[in-house]
Amino acid sequence: MRKLFAAALLAVALAGCAAPAATDSATASPQTAATTDAPTTSKKLTVLTHQSFALSDELKAEFAKASGLEVEYLALDSAGALVNQLVLTKDAPLGDVVFGIDNTFAGRAIEAGILRPHATTVLSADTLAKYAADDSSSLTPVDYGDVCLNIDDEWFAAKKVAPPATLDDLVKPEYKDLLVVTNPATSSPGLAFLVATVGAKGDPGYLDYWKQLAANGVKVVKGWEDAYYTDFTAGGGKGTRPIVLSYASSPMYGEADDGTAPTSALPKTCFRQIEYAGVVKGGQNEAGAGEFIDFLVGKAVQSTIPDQMYMSPVNPEATVPAAWEKYTGVVTAPIEVDAATISSDNERWIKDWTQVVVG
Amino acid sequence: MAPLTLSLAPIAFFAVFFAWPVATLVGRGFWGEDGFTGQAVVEVLSSARTWRIIGQTLGQAAAATVLAVLLGIPGACLLYRRKWPGRRLVRAFVAVPFVLPSVVVGVAFRSLLSGPLEFLDGTFWAVLAALVFFNYSVVVRTVGALWARLDTRAQDAARTLGATGRRVFWTVTLPALAPAVAAGAALTFLFCATAFGVVLVLGQTRYGTVETEIYFQAVTLLDLPAAAGLSIVQLAIVAAALLIANRARARSERALRLRGDAAEQPLTGRDWPQVVVTAGVVVGLLAAPLGSLLWRSVAVGDGFGLGNYARLGEAVPGLAVTVWDAVGNSLLTALLATAIALFLGAQVSYVLSRRPASALGRRALGALDAAFMLPLGVSAVTVGFGFLITLNRPPLDLRTSWVLVPIAQALVALPLVVRTLLPTWRAIDPRWRQAAATLGAGPGRVLATIDAPYLLRGLGLAVGFAFATSLGEFGATSFLARPDRPTLPVVVYRLLSRPDNFGLAMAACVVLTVLTAAVMAAGELVGPPNRAGALS
Repeated sequence: MRKLFAAALLAVALAGCAAPAATDSATASPQTAATTDAPTTSKKLTVLTHQSFALSDELKAEFAKASGLEVEYLALDSAGALVNQLVLTKDAPLGDVVFGIDNTFAGRAIEAGILRPHATTVLSADTLAKYAADDSSSLTPVDYGDVCLNIDDEWFAAKKVAPPATLDDLVKPEYKDLLVVTNPATSSPGLAFLVATVGAKGDPGYLDYWKQLAANGVKVVKGWEDAYYTDFTAGGGKGTRPIVLSYASSPMYGEADDGTAPTSALPKTCFRQIEYAGVVKGGQNEAGAGEFIDFLVGKAVQSTIPDQMYMSPVNPEATVPAAWEKYTGVVTAPIEVDAATISSDNERWIKDWTQVVVG
Repeated sequence: MAPLTLSLAPIAFFAVFFAWPVATLVGRGFWGEDGFTGQAVVEVLSSARTWRIIGQTLGQAAAATVLAVLLGIPGACLLYRRKWPGRRLVRAFVAVPFVLPSVVVGVAFRSLLSGPLEFLDGTFWAVLAALVFFNYSVVVRTVGALWARLDTRAQDAARTLGATGRRVFWTVTLPALAPAVAAGAALTFLFCATAFGVVLVLGQTRYGTVETEIYFQAVTLLDLPAAAGLSIVQLAIVAAALLIANRARARSERALRLRGDAAEQPLTGRDWPQVVVTAGVVVGLLAAPLGSLLWRSVAVGDGFGLGNYARLGEAVPGLAVTVWDAVGNSLLTALLATAIALFLGAQVSYVLSRRPASALGRRALGALDAAFMLPLGVSAVTVGFGFLITLNRPPLDLRTSWVLVPIAQALVALPLVVRTLLPTWRAIDPRWRQAAATLGAGPGRVLATIDAPYLLRGLGLAVGFAFATSLGEFGATSFLARPDRPTLPVVVYRLLSRPDNFGLAMAACVVLTVLTAAVMAAGELVGPPNRAGALS
């Protein structure tokens, strides 16, 4: 009996050891060859999204009815992990269409060859040119949000300090120990802000800028919710920092009945995060995936995006709430860095940033 | 034959849902596009940053372990050795942090650290406090369970011979408790060395662990070779901690004369040091962060109100469900996870409770024991990504199935079920089984009439642990493809990442904490009053 027992354990160990080789031979099989032909079709459609995807039940039903497809919605992780999950499952895709890849990860997704180009006819050429990650049609822009520094206007008024307006202001002594941002390694607005500093200060100039920020007492926390709800003076906690990394739309949620907000975004510090949808290459229903993307960028879904996903629609035909327009409209010239540069360099930026800021 | 048959289902489960995915993912680090290469792994292992992080992991874990032991021993005495009303509720309460999701703990601690305690924010001390917050109950339970059953005659003899209470503690009681202290310390070290979310939140950018580094390499950079190299380091640390825990446990079982039931003594004035220390820990370290959650959940505008609780039943824009729906999803998932963990855990712990005569048999059992503890110490990223690249073919194409969520949770709950049931099985005198067998009872009948009644006594706590763990599990769950049936921790996370739902998120956190505490209390209160709840 004891021998059998040891044999069972050995079997477990062997199963573990043998697995990588087995997977390797599987990946070598030429099952991706079919994807160069006509798009696959099926009666079912599996939609992969990041955690924050939201679509009302009515619109889900509308799409199911119009397309005749049985649709399943699966939530994967946040934007970064989502791309990695797709790369890992390249040979046996989890679904047919993906939503939620943003411009900080778009380059990696396109490069990894996990997407099948889809040229949508719903968005105008101008719109596509304005938001596209590249010219391959691999990713269709769906929505965008401006990551901006926010300030607590009441704090600055009470302390009789002139509020900052630009990135350069933040390294001045009067703003020492007032800024809280998020870690680019663990938070997507954090990465967006790092990219913004690269866009504004150049590469490697951004590192000098961060050295000055660090010397001026910038606080770096894990995620947006930490920064906003705990460290920000106007986030409901007992925070001590009146300048926070957040979104252009954030002040709207604190608006009082008289239409004024106690906080505001600094429009010269913004980086535009654009979220894309794409057809998963090798999925069971590439045709249905294209239909779904066209539905996402259509007027009906686009008009619900501010309420459902706290982002701005890319389709100019969409109708958005007046308050949304009032707050997000202040950003007219966000800092821009193209997706290909971000994808080839962001790893180095994060590593160098960690060296400089964390030590 | 019985032990082998009984261990087959758990071993198969473990092999398919843990060993295979983890080994495959780690293997990807070695087998690249161009065949086998160990170069990238060697690279990450020779970088200064890696070693700084390994040093930090070990240092943090060691410091937190020492602190948890120093604070936990007085707690074990007060909660398991002294008789006073409410002690079992406090036992249940101290276990709550252990099973709370780190996203909740992170928010709770940071709320506490803004304001007068801000100077602690982002420091080593904040990380340390959070690690002790999580693991205090591990030491209390492990030491307390042994202490409660310690034969008091040696202590009585020492007292009769004129030793002071303090002297008796240092020369008789503490040496007898040493194995349990060592086992509890090793487990605490294991949990601290693999801590993830809470270190990320509280250590900000300065403090990390091997676990946070694996996440960074695998998720942010998709550098699988680096992640694989670090996973191997992590496995080595975990294996060492488990080995020490096992050794210590084995010694405690050999050397000690234990009573079947707990012997509690009345609380006296001389107990004031334990009372002060434990009250300080329970109120200052455990209750205060949880209290800050409660405070922020009722803070509405400039005043207080229950508005956030009223909204628990309303559909949140952007979330397909209400918070109460998520509670329902969580309960259902946890029920299933608990069933799986109990079904397998009862078998594993039964097999582990045997005492084979040969050295080989004992070693095999030791290996089995350590293997089933590994899921507690292996990165959720590794397991989650491992699922994606292994469970992709029929009949095991479970990657997009809802069933994978309870399975992942059961994997995490299983070690706790095993640890909780093991002392119960071991408390059964093997001679009873032999006597029953001699009288003609078959193996099944022996199990049903001798073992089962005993097992039921430890079951309450095992169910409590399994259920509470799956309620709070977030790490592995967040890496799975989840159909639109979010569990409570997932909803909390999503609410927190939106601009206008903080109060609601806090209310949901409070619901989760209360639910967890209720489950643990129920587990603690089921069964005879003197049974010591163990995590041996």
